[in-house]
Amino acid sequence: MARAASPRRKAITTLAAWSVGLLIFFPILWTMLTSFKTEATAIADPPVFLFFDWTLENYSVVQERSDYMRFLWNSIIIAGGSTILGIIVAVPAAWAMAFVPGRRTKDILLWMLSTKMLPAVGVLYPMYLIFIQMGLLDTRIGLTIVLMLVNLPIIVWMLYTYFKEIPGEILEAARMDGATLKEEILYVLTPMAIPGIASTLLLNVILAWNEAFWTLNLTAAKAAPLTAFIASYSSPEGLFYAKLSAASTMAIAPILILGWFSQKQLVRGLTFGAVK
Amino acid sequence: MYPKNALRAATALALLTATGAMAETITIATVNNGDMIRMQGLAEDFTSQNPDIQLEWVTLEENVLRQRVTQDIAANGGQFDVMTIGMYETPIWAAQGWLEPLDNLGDDYDTDDILPAMRAGLSYEDQLYAAPFYGESSMVMYRTDLMEQAGLEMPEAPTWEFIAEAAEAMTDKDNEIYGVCLRGKAGWGENMAFITTVANSFGARWFNEDWEPQLDSPEWAEAVTFYNDLIQNYGPPGASNNGFNENLALFQQGKCGMWIDATVAASFVTNPNDSTVADSVGFALAPDAGKGKRANWLWAWALAVPAGSDATDAAKTFIAWATSKDYLALVAENEGWANVPPGSRTSLYENETYLEEAPFAQMTLDSIQAADPNQPTVDPVPYVGVQYVAIPEWAGIGTSAGQEFSAMVAGQQTPEEALSKAQALVADEMEAAGY
Repeated sequence: MARAASPRRKAITTLAAWSVGLLIFFPILWTMLTSFKTEATAIADPPVFLFFDWTLENYSVVQERSDYMRFLWNSIIIAGGSTILGIIVAVPAAWAMAFVPGRRTKDILLWMLSTKMLPAVGVLYPMYLIFIQMGLLDTRIGLTIVLMLVNLPIIVWMLYTYFKEIPGEILEAARMDGATLKEEILYVLTPMAIPGIASTLLLNVILAWNEAFWTLNLTAAKAAPLTAFIASYSSPEGLFYAKLSAASTMAIAPILILGWFSQKQLVRGLTFGAVK
Repeated sequence: MYPKNALRAATALALLTATGAMAETITIATVNNGDMIRMQGLAEDFTSQNPDIQLEWVTLEENVLRQRVTQDIAANGGQFDVMTIGMYETPIWAAQGWLEPLDNLGDDYDTDDILPAMRAGLSYEDQLYAAPFYGESSMVMYRTDLMEQAGLEMPEAPTWEFIAEAAEAMTDKDNEIYGVCLRGKAGWGENMAFITTVANSFGARWFNEDWEPQLDSPEWAEAVTFYNDLIQNYGPPGASNNGFNENLALFQQGKCGMWIDATVAASFVTNPNDSTVADSVGFALAPDAGKGKRANWLWAWALAVPAGSDATDAAKTFIAWATSKDYLALVAENEGWANVPPGSRTSLYENETYLEEAPFAQMTLDSIQAADPNQPTVDPVPYVGVQYVAIPEWAGIGTSAGQEFSAMVAGQQTPEEALSKAQALVADEMEAAGY
């Protein structure tokens, strides 16, 4: 039976939750505020919080100087494409590991995760050479494949954990009723794992959207996504913090909005299976 | 009627495709600074003169650009046809055969007009490999009002002794005014650029003619102790985190009496939109210690063509346009003389209008001419470079040594400790590299 929380206790927990939330959100909030300041106000000391002359000048400069839509379009294709491709590969893999585990399944899972432990820069040069050979440098398809590979271990692991929560007996029942493997995965397993799949999808879109190593290193003019858009506003000689903030805000806005609307899905997916 | 229109449309389409096939596209890698952004804005002038060449821009952060370009050039990726590189990389990459020699830039290009110091720093075996887009040196920027209050007068060519005296007189820590702001942030292009110029002026050098590191010399000890005292006594708190941008912010807010840094800062600190002290800034040559060398550096952002480019001629045409006399005139016409990229051509400094409209012009020229990349130090050295050593190992050595000096500024170690650690790590690195 759940313990009834006293109002005092409730107030304290609420306050604590809000504090942590604000603390985590503060850098993003500060970036957004800075994007509406002039360059001089942006570096003011002591810093100004809300009471300054709000201006949209930085946005118009950024808009004038770079083709935001092109970067945005590249980001959407790369992040979306790599996630969909990843799910297509990972669902059967996770099914096999969850429902017909072999002697080495645990090892394979760990091995997959171990590829995330290698610093990406360690394989940059070989990857670069492969990309040159295959003519994939600065192409969206090349980046989509790389990001799919980079995130695949996480996708498989997440799906595996969700699938493990689904009783095998249900799938067995489907098989008894004469469902083929394809039907079993498509019509029985997938609908039951929808919250899990949805949150995996969302998390991977976010990860791929924010990925800034491969996207910066393997692109030039054509396939560059929003990470390159932000990087182009960083300047070691000259104070352009307000413009950099405007570029950052424009780059994170779509994913922030997506995250905002799907937070229920995300939280549900992330805590799925936490209570047995 | 309709078939006729269709025919016209088809012809137009065919023509369009034909021009599309003929046009050559060059990809230009640049950094984000005012002059480069201005160039992108004016590029239409180039494309209207050269309708068969199309331009694509990649703007990256300086360190990312350096890494990207090195990687691409070493792997022969052919991603870029024109790239922005610095004075440090040019002779090293040219020696590796990674860059196209820049000859045949056109009859009216006038290579001899490029400032001699710039040309020297961007050449390898007397052949130009990168054309300077803009050049800079370092100088003293100071607050004329604070200097007057202190009852002092800044000479045109100050000594370090005077700088220390003025810094003491101007410092008013209760009102958050610090006599001198200097770089303390670790990095070969950050604190080490500045510290190396101080060392040069005190008669120190990185290596002797046998490539033996010299950081244990009394000259280095004197230079580093002086720098450390200056920054500890009269510098702002947390100076070990301050690089160009941090000091620029402090100066613009009126918190520095003096700032010794890149000449390019002059246009920022005198801009009334950003700077609260715009109308009271004076300039002077970088200081010396009476040994015959001043503490000013020499740097250029230059345009070069990588050896793997498949559009070499188009790339050279572009470089000839962007670094020409005509381009300077184009910027002047559109944005005013004060916004012309400085430090690349002699003729610019013979232009009376420019000298009048850019108050920092003469000082920039004098500073650039005071620096000699081929003879940067009092005693002879086997290397080229004023505030860096043009060998591939330098980026690593400079950054590691920079961390020791940054820790010193943070008060974690004494100048002696920092120097002996730096000497040891440089010696190790050089031995490993086979010198």
